[in-house]
Amino acid sequence: MKIVIINYGAGNIQSIKFAIQRLGFDAILSDNISEIEQADKVIFPGVGEASSAMRKLKATGLNTIIPKLTQPVLGICLGMQLMCNYSEEGSTSGLGIFNAEVVKFDKKLKVPQIGWNQIKNLSTNLFKGIKENEYMYLVHSYYVPLNKNAIATTEYGIEYASALQKDNFYGVQFHPEKSSISGEKIIKNFLELSHENYTRN
Amino acid sequence: MLTKRIVPCLDIKNGRTVKGINFVDLRDAGDPVELAEIYAKKGADELVFLDITATEQKRKTLIDLVLKVAEKVNIPFTVGGGISSVEDVELLLNSGADKVSINSSAVKNPQLISDLASKFGSQCIVVAIDAKQIDGEWMVHLVGGKVPTEIKLFDWVKKVEQLGAGEILFTSMDHDGTKNGFANEALAYLSELVNIPIIASGGAGKIQHFTDVFLKGKADAALAASVFHFKEIEINNLKKELKKNNIPIRL
Repeated sequence: MKIVIINYGAGNIQSIKFAIQRLGFDAILSDNISEIEQADKVIFPGVGEASSAMRKLKATGLNTIIPKLTQPVLGICLGMQLMCNYSEEGSTSGLGIFNAEVVKFDKKLKVPQIGWNQIKNLSTNLFKGIKENEYMYLVHSYYVPLNKNAIATTEYGIEYASALQKDNFYGVQFHPEKSSISGEKIIKNFLELSHENYTRN
Repeated sequence: MLTKRIVPCLDIKNGRTVKGINFVDLRDAGDPVELAEIYAKKGADELVFLDITATEQKRKTLIDLVLKVAEKVNIPFTVGGGISSVEDVELLLNSGADKVSINSSAVKNPQLISDLASKFGSQCIVVAIDAKQIDGEWMVHLVGGKVPTEIKLFDWVKKVEQLGAGEILFTSMDHDGTKNGFANEALAYLSELVNIPIIASGGAGKIQHFTDVFLKGKADAALAASVFHFKEIEINNLKKELKKNNIPIRL
């Protein structure tokens, strides 16, 4: 299996590569368009600020390539947020894969949300074998409100979408690569996805 | 619900853990990677590595360590100790560190906080602050609490938040090493003063101290070293006790 982690200079991608290695697979870091297109699985990471990350994607043309991918794609953290229509962070448009807008947490809360919180209302094979209310590690100041693409939700002040899915595109707000054994299980589930099991359970 | 975090801290010198560490199940008591893996298995929510190496090879040995930890450990970790430039931070984050902690360098050059926050995002910038009370006033200290400054703790915390820090790691030098409990009064005040998470450090001696730091000190995370290293407190027992007190904890 060829696994590509999109390398566009946005954050901590080494940890994702290592997590995949712990599962017995290997992943390559690449910004090469044909390499990304030919991969069996694509991981779209991201840590940092939305508008500058979007600029980096535009500079390499990846912003037009990613939405056209047909294999399973997993956006992580900022990666997931960039797959939405728009983000309040730096007032930037996104890749438009998920019909949702990314907004900032209420000022009354401690922002960023940092730490372990629960995921529930789990749907799709991405969460196969993961129990409701499992803990995942999250670090973020902006969030995606509940919407029809939500396949997991989390509560922080309000209930929001902590994972999204549409066709072959998946996104998780939490960091599965940093979420202990259950997080690794979610990465494994993603690597085991095939065209037949995109549909919701 | 977002849970309170338990954070073991490992002091590192030349790529090895320092301070005595008393673990029967540890093959090599000086190997930070092995210790980190054990803590992760026992339920630590994240780890802090504080590098106290003072040699010229410091950067290289620290990067090697960060890579090894990232390879083996499946929970988040922060690296601190002598970090003073954007380049240092970039190397550490690219090697797999989740967050970096800056202390003296932020006091000497507050602009560093905003430079780091705008380049890497606030979420990975922890500002560590050592303070102790002088004539009833909490004052910021440098060099592990040895050198006093003219800066008031509460002014500095406010400024640090404005500059873009994502978290505060507050160590009370009055409590550190005493094993008599955390500086709960100051911590509770800090928690009201700013809107970013506070990691409490200094004073952990028994389980009750952790209960207090979350309930009275309103801390978001509690850091400790020797009580974990010497197995005076087992992380899994600690977390069960906290849960019994209705403190949100990941078990």
